[in-house]
Order: sequence, then structure tokens, then C-alpha cells
Amino acid sequence: MGLGSDMYRQQILDHYKNPRNYGELEDADIEHVGENPMCGDTIKMFVQLADDDETIEYVSFVGDGCAISQASASMLSGELQGRTLASVREMDRDDIIDMLGVELSPMRIKCAVLAEKVAQDGIDIHDGEIDIEETTTE
Amino acid sequence: MSQQAETLDVERIREDFPILEREFDGSRLVYLDNAATSHTPEQVVETIAEYYRRYNANVHRGIHQLSQEASIAYEEAHDRVAEFIGAEGREEIVFTKNTTESMNLVAYAWGLNELGPGDEVVLTEMEHHASLVTWQQIAKRTGAECKYIPITDEGRLDMEAARELITDDTEMVSVVHVSNTLGTINPVSELADIAHDHGAYAFVDAAQSVPNRPVDVSEIDADFLAFSGHKMAGPTGIGVLYGKEHILEGMEPYLYGGEMILKVDFEDSTWNELPWKYEAGTPVICQGIALAEACEYLDDIGMERIQRHEAELAEYAYERLTERNDVEVYGPPGDDRGGLVAFNLDGVHAHDLSSILNDSAVAIRAGDHCTQPLHDVLGATASARASFYVYNTRAEIDRLVEAVDDARQLFA
Repeated sequence: MGLGSDMYRQQILDHYKNPRNYGELEDADIEHVGENPMCGDTIKMFVQLADDDETIEYVSFVGDGCAISQASASMLSGELQGRTLASVREMDRDDIIDMLGVELSPMRIKCAVLAEKVAQDGIDIHDGEIDIEETTTE
Repeated sequence: MSQQAETLDVERIREDFPILEREFDGSRLVYLDNAATSHTPEQVVETIAEYYRRYNANVHRGIHQLSQEASIAYEEAHDRVAEFIGAEGREEIVFTKNTTESMNLVAYAWGLNELGPGDEVVLTEMEHHASLVTWQQIAKRTGAECKYIPITDEGRLDMEAARELITDDTEMVSVVHVSNTLGTINPVSELADIAHDHGAYAFVDAAQSVPNRPVDVSEIDADFLAFSGHKMAGPTGIGVLYGKEHILEGMEPYLYGGEMILKVDFEDSTWNELPWKYEAGTPVICQGIALAEACEYLDDIGMERIQRHEAELAEYAYERLTERNDVEVYGPPGDDRGGLVAFNLDGVHAHDLSSILNDSAVAIRAGDHCTQPLHDVLGATASARASFYVYNTRAEIDRLVEAVDDARQLFA
């Protein structure tokens, strides 16, 4: 089997069918939405911070789209808990590919990194570094 | 005509397309993305190679032998394409980059100069972005307004609404001939008549019709018609704009520069004769000659046979997909559509489906197919699309359906 089947390992399908930390979070410290217009994938992430305003206490998300984008958001929501905002800002696409543990065809990488980009832009908005309504990937 | 003569000898045709012999992990390629681009037969590849091996030269500016040979072949390519679509002659055939550029040529050369506040451009809800975005933006710049003929539940144009939308304020009716998403075959001749009754021009986007059925511009009575070479066994990098001679004569040029001029001084210039007036700079010489060869190739097979072959495949695919209760197919019934089927499998995003199909070496398109507003009307963010050409078989559609089963199991 080729690249595609490898993309849909049990873990990814499990996160797609049973997303973790799914749902909106009231009184979130960070709340940001993004979309991948070409695919129609959307992800909205909610982050609750600890008293130090730097450590992530809890993350949830809602979204709609392909298995890769939604599984990535589900896995990332667990991954981010307990981390600092600074460390999330430093994440890159390789971290997401490592987290997913599958080989992605170039066309699908944008699906995979949507959640990460939403989280990072949300943090930047929170810190006043950027001012955007919505994240979009190309 | 005997039954034998009416059907395509697909096995023999496939020999002209060595790319179809490719295998991925032991599976033979099933190429069902022909509405995006078709494959190129050996005859056309050979024409391209022959051009560069034997008579590559710039056209219309050399006295030497190679330039003469290239110029004659390039000019005659216009004649061949004119013949292919029933145009009067080369004056009505402008070579462009693709359908989109053909559309933009008219939008800029005619639309920007002629449209203004109070004028209307009538499009359809099933327009490709090539025409929808182009007219939308030209309308914004000129103060004109775009109106959209709605589709019925079955995915056909609401012709009653069309008759109401096209009025004396309408200056242009720009409609897609065969929808690249719904497969709907639109009554373009009737729409052209309605446009003409109101003094408007009719522009037909024939990107999905010229490749696979007989298209005759005089029968349709289109004022403009556009299509691309790479969807009809030709190369990329060439599109065609057909325009009625007297209309093309009256329009301003779209691009300025060499080749399109007659006489130039420091103050002013005059324009070359048709069609060169619209082919500024060094044109698509090799692609144009190759497109003429593609017309030859398709005519040798016979456009009516190709149309029947595609209709049969579309009907079979429609049947196989609609007999499942977990698939939604978009557009009109199987026995009345162009050679493509767009669909969604419940609970599986089209991109996931396409990735899984790729495992079985089945190539389809997944996404919005450059019809985002239509997908909004359909209530889908994306869809999967299988589209057929002369070399496809029923067995390949069986492979598609088997691969859909694999996806179903994986996502169960």
C-alpha cells in the first residue's frame, strides 16, 4: 500500500472518530479560529491558562473537516496541556508530523498543521503581537 | 453503422497513452481526473518533439526556412482548430494560455470598455471560477452587476428564472456548457438565443464540452467560446478563444507588444489583422501546432463516438455510486450528463477519500473543483470527482467503487 494508507493509521482514525477535548470552552483565556479554505477544514481552539498566565492548563477545540486536520487538532489539544506558551510558539511542522507519526503527502501537510497554526496565532493575539480575525492556511 | 463501428476500440486507444501503463505498488494506474487534465497521446507528443527537432523558430518575423515552416504550421493550426469547432476560419480563433485567459481577454478587451453602471452580466450558479471571478471583478471595476441563474434541485439551470434574469439591461450572458462539478449539459444554444433577443452577447465556457462531444459554434450561435488544449489530448499552455469575426474586429487589444501590431511610430500604433491582433509577443507556437494534432487525433476517433463512450461511462459510474446508500451524487441523472460524477461518501471528507483511493492507484479530484459558490449551494465544502475520457473503461469504474469500499471499511 502507498502513502495514503500509512496516513490513516489506527491512531489517526481513532482521534478522528473519537476526538479528545472536543467542545467549546467558556471563559477561555485564548480563543481563536482558523480555516483551510481549499479543503473547507475549520478548527477553533480554546486555551485556559494557569495563574502564571504562561502555562497551559487546558485546551479544547471544535472543528469540521478531513481526518488529518481533525485528528491533528485532537492530538495537539492533549499535547499542549502543561506546556508554556513560549514553547508552543517554537513548535514547527516537524513537531506535528512527529506527533501524528505518519508520512504525509505534501498536499496534506496543510491539513495537518492547521491546528498548530491556530494555536500559535491565538497565542500571538493574546500577547498583542498580531491582530487578525481568523487564521487561514494556503 | 454497425454496433462495432459505433463503439470505441478502447484497448487500441490505450496503446497511444503509455502513461496509463504506470503502476504504483503493483497496482495499475486508474486515471479518473480527466476533467482536470487529460493525457496526451503519442501522436501529439511526437508532434511536439518533431517541432523542436526539425523546425523550431519564431513565427512571422524570419525570412529563413525554419521560420517559414513554423509560421505556416502555426497559422494552419488555427485553421484546423476552426474546422474542429465549426468556426468560419482562422480570423475567429485566438490562441491563448488557457480557458481562463480566453475569458479574461474578453472581460478586459470588451468588458472594461463597454460595461458600466446599470449594465448586467448574467452567469449561472454552476460557473467555474474562471468565468465567475473574472466577471465579478470586472463588474466591480465598471459598476456593472452580476446575476446568477439558479439551479434546480436536480442540478439543471432554472430556465424560467433565466428568461426573467436576462433583460434589456443584460450586456453579456456567460454560461458554462458542461458543468465541471454537476456534469449538467446546459442548453447553451437556447441561452444564446435569449441573450441575442435582448441585444446581449453570449459567451460559452466550453472547457468541459469541446474535449468530449461535437461542438459547433455556428449551431450554438455563440459570440464567444473558450476551451483549453490540455483537457482534449493536447498540451498545457494553450487555450482557445473563439469570437465572431465582426466582434473581434471591433474590440480593443488585450495585450500590447510585438506581433499584434501593423505599424508603430513614437506616437501611435495600428493593429495587426485577426487573429494576430490578440496574440501579442511570441505566441504559443509549439502548443498551437500540437493542439491541431490533438484535434486530428480526436476527429479520427470521432467526436460522436467519444460522446457516446463518455455518456456510457458516466451512466455506469452514476449507477454504481447511487446504488450505495452512503454516497451522495451531485447533478442530473446518469443518462443525461457529461462524462463526470462528483460525489461524497458519508462521514469521509473528500480529501481523505482521495488519499485512500490513491492507495489503490485510483486518481480522482477532491476539493471544490473551482466552483466554491456552487458547493455552497449544494451545502458541501468539498466533493470527490471522477471524470472520464476516451481511454477509460467500465472495469476502471469497478476499481473506483472497490476503493470506495476500502475507504468505507477504514472509516467504519
